[in-house]
Amino acid sequence: MIVPLEHVLFLSTILFILGLGCVLARRNLIMILIGVEIMLNAVGLTLVGASAFWQQVDGQIMVIFLMAMTSAEVSISLAMVVYLNRRKGTVDVRAFDEMRG
Amino acid sequence: MILTRLATPVSGFTNMATALFYILGTITVIATLLAITRRNPVHSVIYLVNSFFALALLFYLLGAPLVAAWEVIIYAGAIMVLFLFIIMMLELAPTPEADRMGPTWWQWLPVLLLAVALVTCTLLLIGLDTSVAQGVPHWYATPRDFGYALFGKYALAVEVVSFQLLFAAVGAFYVGKPEARANKREEEGA
Repeated sequence: MIVPLEHVLFLSTILFILGLGCVLARRNLIMILIGVEIMLNAVGLTLVGASAFWQQVDGQIMVIFLMAMTSAEVSISLAMVVYLNRRKGTVDVRAFDEMRG
Repeated sequence: MILTRLATPVSGFTNMATALFYILGTITVIATLLAITRRNPVHSVIYLVNSFFALALLFYLLGAPLVAAWEVIIYAGAIMVLFLFIIMMLELAPTPEADRMGPTWWQWLPVLLLAVALVTCTLLLIGLDTSVAQGVPHWYATPRDFGYALFGKYALAVEVVSFQLLFAAVGAFYVGKPEARANKREEEGA
């Protein structure tokens, strides 16, 4: 292990908080999805760091599953963005604050 | 699976790798900060590509070369290009008159600096590896270890993930299909 595990966790915490801030603060759907990407990458960094700390490959395999999950999530959510944009002509989240049952 | 490759680490390598870890961590945080504060989503995605590339090098330093390769191929390659594609398809990037001439030098500069720093780090990393005995650091998870664990212990999970990707593809196709929605709206209206 080239650095203490705490430093890896610190870095991934910073990245996670940046992503969370992006999700909470931005109003653009694309920017919200980018924030989710940043958070998922922060989790991936945690997993790889843990994998290196315990000298086992399980963490890295979790990252591969995380990537597969992210691909699925991104494909569906971008399709949703296209659909919502077609419906209201905007990607501002404030346009989508109502429900119709 | 416990990794058995426990040769004595070369101290020069470890020091350099530690330094590179902090440098790359700083680059990642700076690129992410720039990415989430941009008004233009295209610029944001470009900074995010830088951020993910730095993160891939971090993965490599932490002994996950395969994950590092997939980070570049899947995240920085496929997913970010998909984002760019959607942004440009929906014309979401604001293009005021001042931007018609292309990006100005102060828009180029941060991304150029980040890219130069990343290339320098990559070259340093390549230079490091040749200095180590057998060409690999001692904590490195080989693709063989990785593949045996993935398709042995986690074979069921691989199947589940493949189903998940199939469902995602079907779902994305359904949501993005214009005719299905138009028909549904007609039925609701009737």
